[in-house]
Amino acid sequence: MDPRSPIENGVVLTPAQQKARRQRNIAIGLAVALLCALFYAVTIAKLGSGVIKGAG
Amino acid sequence: MSDVTAIANGREAGLGAADLVGGAPTDYLALLKPRVMSLVIFTALAGLVAAPVHVHPVIGFAALLAISVGAGASGALNMWYDRDIDAIMSRTRTRPIPSGRIAPREALAFGLTLSAFAVFTLGVVTNWLAAGLLAFTIFFYAVVYTMWLKRWTPQNIVIGGAAGAFPPMIGWAAATGSISVESLALFSIIFFWTPPHFWALALFKSADYGRAGVPMLPNVKGAARTRLEIFLYSVLLVPVCLSPWMIGFEGRAYGVVALVSSLIMLALAFAVWRDTEGRDKDKAAKRLFAYSILHLFLLFAVIVAEHGILAPLGFAS
Repeated sequence: MDPRSPIENGVVLTPAQQKARRQRNIAIGLAVALLCALFYAVTIAKLGSGVIKGAG
Repeated sequence: MSDVTAIANGREAGLGAADLVGGAPTDYLALLKPRVMSLVIFTALAGLVAAPVHVHPVIGFAALLAISVGAGASGALNMWYDRDIDAIMSRTRTRPIPSGRIAPREALAFGLTLSAFAVFTLGVVTNWLAAGLLAFTIFFYAVVYTMWLKRWTPQNIVIGGAAGAFPPMIGWAAATGSISVESLALFSIIFFWTPPHFWALALFKSADYGRAGVPMLPNVKGAARTRLEIFLYSVLLVPVCLSPWMIGFEGRAYGVVALVSSLIMLALAFAVWRDTEGRDKDKAAKRLFAYSILHLFLLFAVIVAEHGILAPLGFAS
């Protein structure tokens, strides 16, 4: 068993690759946030205003 | 899987950094073929607003997003499979995979994941007929066209054109939960528009397709036969483009625009058929290719305007 960590052993990312990975992470985060907002909005749209009135 | 685990696993599998680390978000966006996606969004929107059922704007937006992402996913799968010939053709060699910005396996995973998400989302948000049509469209483009027809027959884009023709039908199905003669008319417009559009491109890019070994009509049957078939399909396209008006689904404004634009397209196709000598032969094909895009845009723009803008305001043409 190699005592070194995978990072020490493995592929070393170039600054450009690190930048691309950071950008991808941000894009994935935004996409997930958009998806959550979309499903929330769709749920409200499908339920309709009657639910809000009924809750009061 | 974390990056640390991925790197460790990749090292054991003999993979390098390029296999594990993808490109920037813009490279993934390029995998989705944004220009094709914009046409899909537009034609799906036409199907959605032309349907005789009111769709809540949020539901409509979500449906369009799912349809466009599904279309983009099929584009990513197409780029994954065609990476060998994309590297040869001048038109496609700067795409993310042949230029080395994205590894093939990343493109495949990206395409499959987005396909599943898009179909599931459309099913949940609208109905499962629309989702089924979207799934079939992705399968048809990625498997039937890309993997089978494209490298096998010069009729590849005739049959494969169905994949590009489905979006308005999916939009209609998302709104109504059904398939009808009106949505079939919208399907037929794109289906019969595809051969003259792509064969015009193939005429002035035939060397590219020849080098890549793709059996496009000009490479297999020759330029003269291609020019004739472009003209014949353009003749057929005139009544097909007028069909929404003839069945009473579209108004006079659509009828006038469709007639004038179809005749211009026909005149340009006639020029392609007749101008077989000198520099004019490529010029005519390029003109037809450029106009064919405008032609389709005009037809669907009128449909969107008639149903999405004028009808809600109480105007009928």
